[in-house]
Amino acid sequence: MTTKDLWEETYNAITVNKVRSGLTMLGIVIGIASVIAMVAIGQGTQASIQSSIQSLGSNLIMIMPGAQRSFGTVVRSQAGSSQTLTPEDADAIAALDGVAAVAREVSGRYQVVYKGNNANTNVIGTNAAYTSVRNLQIDQGVFITDNDVTASSKNAVIGATVLQNLFATINASATPDQALGQTIRIKGGQFKIIGVTIAKGGSGFSNQDDTIYIPYTTAQRLLVGSTAYLGEIDVQAQDQGLMTNVQSEITNLLLSRHKISDPTKADFNVMNQSDIVSTASSVTNTFTTLLASIAAISLLVGGIGIMNMMLTTVTERTREIGLRKAVGAKKRDITMQFLAESVMLTFTGGLMGVALGWFIAFCISYFASITTSISWQYILLAFGVSAAIGIIFGYYPAKRAAELNPIEALRYE
Amino acid sequence: MIIDCKNITKVYGSGTTQTNVLKGVSFSIAEGEFVAIMGPSGSGKSTLMHILGALDTPTSGKYLFDNEDISKLSDDELSNIRMEKIGFVFQSFNLLPRTTVLRNVELPLIYANIPKKERENIATKALDDSAFPDEFRDLHSNQLSGGMMQRVAIARSLVNDPALILADEPTGNLDSKTGEIVLSTFQKLNKQHKKTIVLITHEQYIAEHADRIIHIRDGNIVSDENNNKKRIARSEPSEEN
Ligand SMILES: Nc1ncnc2c1ncn2[C@@H]1O[C@H](COP(=O)(O)OP(=O)(O)OP(=O)(O)O)[C@@H](O)[C@H]1O
Ligand SMILES: [Mg+2]
Repeated sequence: MTTKDLWEETYNAITVNKVRSGLTMLGIVIGIASVIAMVAIGQGTQASIQSSIQSLGSNLIMIMPGAQRSFGTVVRSQAGSSQTLTPEDADAIAALDGVAAVAREVSGRYQVVYKGNNANTNVIGTNAAYTSVRNLQIDQGVFITDNDVTASSKNAVIGATVLQNLFATINASATPDQALGQTIRIKGGQFKIIGVTIAKGGSGFSNQDDTIYIPYTTAQRLLVGSTAYLGEIDVQAQDQGLMTNVQSEITNLLLSRHKISDPTKADFNVMNQSDIVSTASSVTNTFTTLLASIAAISLLVGGIGIMNMMLTTVTERTREIGLRKAVGAKKRDITMQFLAESVMLTFTGGLMGVALGWFIAFCISYFASITTSISWQYILLAFGVSAAIGIIFGYYPAKRAAELNPIEALRYE
Repeated sequence: MIIDCKNITKVYGSGTTQTNVLKGVSFSIAEGEFVAIMGPSGSGKSTLMHILGALDTPTSGKYLFDNEDISKLSDDELSNIRMEKIGFVFQSFNLLPRTTVLRNVELPLIYANIPKKERENIATKALDDSAFPDEFRDLHSNQLSGGMMQRVAIARSLVNDPALILADEPTGNLDSKTGEIVLSTFQKLNKQHKKTIVLITHEQYIAEHADRIIHIRDGNIVSDENNNKKRIARSEPSEEN
């Protein structure tokens, strides 16, 4: 039997019962579509997390309190979760070679109120160096100055999201000049808004737009209740090439300052952006794998559907198989015919599934503004997988058809 | 000799359920003969036909088909023999439903890897030989009457230019008039195309259209005689031209 005849026979067999073929195919369509959509979400999220980490600032080294943990278990720690970093540590780091700027941070989430408007937002106590270390830009007004820090003033700088949350009315979005000079209340304290930052975009992870900045000394007194510790120290190295050097200098310095001889017992973590990127990547990879495996299960169910239909088909067409054998079909011809049917079903299903998955991914990024991206490898893989499902789940029914005894098959009612 | 059977037996099952269907059958058929195998229901006619048609192998005995011992061949080797040398006509036609008449007739040639154009020519000619009317050729097989279906089946049995045509109760599902047409087709194929034909039936009247009648009862041949009062089947005038 030539390949052309094989496909002709296959096409006829599948189109004879369009509804049943369609429904069976639907299992594969849904399976492939969900795998594609899930992977698209996973990859898109990963890409957007990476770019938002890159946007945190250049040549950034972050020092966080707490015991050394393997990457992947901790990305950021909340203020007060562990108290080992002090303002004096920050001063000492600032004195190191190759350090351009040092930002101190004390942070937490608090309820913020402006004239009856409420928002739960991230409050970061910091100093003037923050803008250069974290690559933050001021839209209007000014950022926290070193004078604010020394005086523990109650001045605040708000992010673009906070601005909208507190100042926008039903009819109009807020502009920065509406907020400047206004007083907001954070945990009982009255703060005067002296600046508004430029929106950076991004969402979820470390959203700089949904943040209020105040002097860290004020944050220590008012919010944390202790002036002894810092939640995080961010260091900007003078040059990309100095990163590793500076990182190890900081580690050594802090180890000796904290009187720790065994580096594995350090009570702080020193990370740079690439560490964070790889941590975040491993997290999103796990997440993607998880989503994809759930989707893969639906694919498996689709495959079982194919097998079920093929077994039914073989039984229904017993007489036909007997006849084909009587007129000269060999085992291989029959096996190929039924395999071709199941592969054609799954492959067509795969084709439609990729299209549907793509469409779903598009809708998700359009309506839910979650970034999605899908690479060619995954699409090719999807085709490969759908063809493989056809072969795997079609093999047993096809083999059964080929093994039928022609006499029994011809007698079958 | 196209068919040469020596002491063929066929046993189904084993132990207490064992049935000896054929109990040592010996006969031979020469090329160009038109033979009827007759016997009551359950006598083993179909079983014998399956062996003669290389659909099955005997339990013991020797079967020479076209001077080749095929009693020990594998399934695929038997498939090849059927594809090249044997044509089947069944009582229940066994056409592919929802498939055109032409495609049904072409089917054996598809497995013989004959190119499409050539296949269509051969199939068209076979339909002519089995007196199938032109106007029905594009219909699906399940849109035809029984008589028409059997003519398609006969055409299908002809396309591989077989040495032997085996017909198991080919008129069993037809009324006597249509049966007559089918019988006349066989007689014509035998006479004009020199085909060897083995016709299986349980009706004396049908068997009398052959040149030789083999009687079989309980798995044994009880008589094997030339038929000296051969009936000539009449096809409708419109079928002749
Ligand atoms: N696969 C099988 N397994 C067991 N017994 C079988 C099998 N095939 C046929 N037989 C038995 O062999 C005997 C002969 O069957 P066969 O079909 O050859 O008869 P037949 O002469 O063609 O009858 P009919 O005129 O009714 O078609 C029957 O008793 C039948 O039950
Ligand atoms: Mg029978």
